[in-house]
Amino acid sequence: MASIEVNGKSYEIDEEGYLVNLGEWNEEVGAYLAQTENVTMTEQHWEVVNFLRDYYNEFQIAPAVRVLTKAIGKKLGADKGNSQYLYELFPYGPAKQACKIAGLPKPTGCV
Amino acid sequence: MSGDIKKFMMVNRKAPYGTIYALESLEVVLIAAAFEQDVSLAFLDDGVYQLKKGHQTKGIEVKGFEKTYGALEDYDVEKLYVDQESLTARGLTAEDLCVPVEVMSRAELGKLMEEQDVLLSF
Amino acid sequence: MLHIVNKSPLDRNSLDAVLGTGDGGAILLIEDGVYAATKGNAYEPKLKAAMAKFKIYALQGDLEARGISDRVTDGVAAVDYAGFVDLVADNKTNQSWL
Repeated sequence: MASIEVNGKSYEIDEEGYLVNLGEWNEEVGAYLAQTENVTMTEQHWEVVNFLRDYYNEFQIAPAVRVLTKAIGKKLGADKGNSQYLYELFPYGPAKQACKIAGLPKPTGCV
Repeated sequence: MSGDIKKFMMVNRKAPYGTIYALESLEVVLIAAAFEQDVSLAFLDDGVYQLKKGHQTKGIEVKGFEKTYGALEDYDVEKLYVDQESLTARGLTAEDLCVPVEVMSRAELGKLMEEQDVLLSF
Repeated sequence: MLHIVNKSPLDRNSLDAVLGTGDGGAILLIEDGVYAATKGNAYEPKLKAAMAKFKIYALQGDLEARGISDRVTDGVAAVDYAGFVDLVADNKTNQSWL
């Protein structure tokens, strides 16, 4: 299994770069994973990442894009609950990239 | 996403955790729903145990998935049908279940199966 | 003899086979087998009748995982993994029914 090193500690990742043990996640690891995706993290990025982590804690799954968009709209407002806003933050797919940065598995139904 | 929307029904007849069927069914539900299909779930026989409230899976070191049934609403999956006879045979009522469901007879479930385009049995 | 059963009695007939062939000893219900030890289950009368001959145990972790640890049939003893090991050690033979 591949691994990454952040602040002298090693973390296992799978073949697509997703963190294997989500319990090991912290903000430094999130920032490192963001770098590997060429995403520069801003407050707006963290808001989505933290939303995803909360969603995972509540339902034990990473939501599909459509579901993420709707759920974010409900919680953070309609101006953020649309795919344009989310794709601007995470150009290669909000569910896929944001989930990776959040240390979650790839969303079910995401190919 | 465009294309034909089909009526899918997952027919769940296995208890959770003892076999992989319940979790696999749930994954297929999420995938079908992510592709905006018309998805419904039927629970009968030991399948009704999947919805029993209060799973604590720490002791068997397996990821619990009771909470995921709560996300089905976000996926617009709101048709969950449960066989009355199966509940009764297991000493359960709708109040013992973790999500709102429609309880009906086996014959009524059978009629709903007839209306589907795709049936997947787990 | 210790009989270990891991199938729900309403899905498979392993527990019936134990009760039909065995003439006493201990039965340990694990995995989906623990559903046999729940109040209100259609199998409850048979399990209660079997208590005259057998001592019935159910694995605590499996009861908890399925959300049924608060409705275990009276007379069934819940055991943890250490108790599982003790049962195996205390019985001359054991059989895991498939």
